[in-house]
Amino acid sequence: MLGFIARRLFYLVPVLLAVSLLTFLIASLLPGDLAYVILGDQATPEKVEALRQDLGLDQPIWWRYLGWLGHVLEGDFGRSFRTGQTVLEAVAERLPVSFELMLFAELMGLVIGVPIAIICAARSGGIFDRVMTGSAFAMLSVPTFLSAILLIYLFAVQLRWLPATGYVPFTEDPVGNLRFFVLPALTLALAEWPGIMRVLRSDMIATLQEDYIALAKAKGLKPSRILLVHALKPSSLTLVTITGINIGRLLGGTVIVETIFALPGIGRLLVGAIYTRDLIILQGVVLLVAGSFVMMNFIVDMLYAVLDPRIRHGHA
Amino acid sequence: MATLELTLEKDVGAEISRRARRLGPVFWSAVGWMVFVFAVAILAEVLPLPSPTDMDMLERRAPISALHWLGTDGLGRDELARLVYGARISLIVGLCAPVIGLTIGGALGMLSGYFRGRFETLVVGSMDVLLAFPPLILALAVTAYLGQSILNLTVILGVLGIPAFMRVARAATLTLARREFVIAAQALGATHARILLRELLPNVALPLLAFFLLGVAVTIVVEGALSFLGLGVPPPISSWGSMIGEGRESLDVAPRLAFIPATAMFLTVLSFNLVGDTLRALTDPRQGAL
Repeated sequence: MLGFIARRLFYLVPVLLAVSLLTFLIASLLPGDLAYVILGDQATPEKVEALRQDLGLDQPIWWRYLGWLGHVLEGDFGRSFRTGQTVLEAVAERLPVSFELMLFAELMGLVIGVPIAIICAARSGGIFDRVMTGSAFAMLSVPTFLSAILLIYLFAVQLRWLPATGYVPFTEDPVGNLRFFVLPALTLALAEWPGIMRVLRSDMIATLQEDYIALAKAKGLKPSRILLVHALKPSSLTLVTITGINIGRLLGGTVIVETIFALPGIGRLLVGAIYTRDLIILQGVVLLVAGSFVMMNFIVDMLYAVLDPRIRHGHA
Repeated sequence: MATLELTLEKDVGAEISRRARRLGPVFWSAVGWMVFVFAVAILAEVLPLPSPTDMDMLERRAPISALHWLGTDGLGRDELARLVYGARISLIVGLCAPVIGLTIGGALGMLSGYFRGRFETLVVGSMDVLLAFPPLILALAVTAYLGQSILNLTVILGVLGIPAFMRVARAATLTLARREFVIAAQALGATHARILLRELLPNVALPLLAFFLLGVAVTIVVEGALSFLGLGVPPPISSWGSMIGEGRESLDVAPRLAFIPATAMFLTVLSFNLVGDTLRALTDPRQGAL
C-alpha cells in the first residue's frame, strides 16, 4: 500500500508541474500586454516600458515562469493590481460562499436522489422505476442555466417566495443567508441527483440479488428494514466516491450558478478576473482550482485502492 | 481463424439489427426532431422568415401575431427567425467541435492503446493535465482574450473534448488489441498501420461515433452557457444561449423570450443524448451477444 501511494505521489509531481505551466502560459501568452492593461489607454511608451521592467515582463518567458513558480511554492500567488488584494486573501474571502453552495447542492442532490434510488431498486422494472429512470435521463439534458431560469421564474417571479439574486453573510443574517442559497443550491442539485440516483440504483439492484438478502427475506424481516439496513450500506460505496468526485467537479461548475444568482464565490471571482483582465488573480485562482481538482482525484484514487485491493497490486 | 471471425461478426451484427428493430417511438421521435432541426437550420435562408437582426423599436416584445409567429424580442427582432438562425450556430459549433475531439482524441487513444509503453503514459498524463482545468473557465478565459468568434469557440470546445474521446478510443483499443483477429493479423505479418486502420479502426469507430453524439449534446450545452454569459458568439448573431440570456432580463413581462429557445435547446440536447445513448448501448460489447 505504501509503495502504491509513493508511486501515485511520484506521478502527481509532473502532472502538477504541467498544470502550473499550462496555467502560466494561458495567462501570459494571451494577447494584451499586462503593462497596458494596468496603465490604460493613456499610457506613454516610456511609462509602459518602465512598468514592464518593474514587473519583469522584459525577461524571457521561461525565466518569468520559474520566478512565478518559486513564489507559488513559497505560498505567494501574487497580488491583484486592481484591488491590491493577494490571491490567497481573495480566495479565502470567496471560498466559504462557494463551499456553502457546494455543500447545500450535494446535500439536496442526495436528499432527492437517494430515496428515489431506493424505491426504484426495490421494484426495479416497475412503473415508478421506469418513470424515474426516464426523468433522470431527461434531467441530464437540462443545462444548469436552464433550470436556474426556470426556478427563478417559478419561485422568484411568480410565487415571490425566494429572492432571485443576492447574498448576505451567514453571521449577519442566518435566515436571509439560507434563503439566498436555496435556489442556487437547488439548481445544482437538479443536475446532481440523476447521477447519484443512477449509481445507487444499479448498485442496489446488484446487492439485492445477494444470498444474504434472500436469507433476510426468509427470516421474515420487514422489506423496509432489508432495504435500509441490509442493502443500503453495502451499496453506497460507489456513492461515496461519486460524492467526492462531484465536490471536485462542482468546484469548477459553480461559475454559471454564482454568476446568475450573484453569489460572491470563487466562480464569480474568476469571471470577474476574466472581464477585468486581472491576470494575477486569474492565473492564481485557476492554478488553485486545477491543483485541488488533481488532489481530489488523487484522494479518490486512494479511496478506490483501499476499497479494491486489485487496484493497488496493478491487476485492474 | 478467418472463418471464426466472420461468424462471430455476423452474429453481433444480427443481434444489433434485431435489437435495433425494437427501438420504439421515443428513439424515432428523437431522430425526427434532429432531422427537423437540421432541415430548418440548413434551409434558414430559403424559408420565408424576416431578418433575424432587423430591429423594430416600435414592436418591442410584440406578442405572437401573423407577422411575427413567435413575437419579437426586447429589441423588436423576430423571435422565430432568431430561433432558426440560432439553431445554425448551435449545430455548427455542436458538430464541428466534437469532430476535432473525435479526430485528435480518437487517433491518440488508438495509438496509445495499441502501442502502450512510454507513449501511452505520456498521452494519458497530458490528458490528466487537460482534465484538471474546469472546462468552462478555460473556455471563458480563452474566448475572452482571443476574441469572440465562432471559429475560436469551436476550436477551444473541440480541444476540451479531446481527453474524453481519447479515453473511449483507448479503452476500446485495449480490449480489441487482444482479440484473435488482431493476433491473427500480426501472425500473418501485417504492418502496424494496416492493423490499426483495417482491423482496429472499423471496430473502434462504432463506439466512438455513439460517443460523438453525446459529445454534440455536451458541446451545445457549453456553447449555450458561454453565449448565455455573453462570452460565446458575438452579437448580433443569435444563438440559443444568448437568446435565453437576453430573455432572462424580461422574465417578468415576457417569459416566453427565455422559454422558447430553452425548450428548443432542451429538446435538441435530449435527442442527441437519447440517440447517442441508444447507439452506445447497442454497440457496447459488454451487453452484446459475445
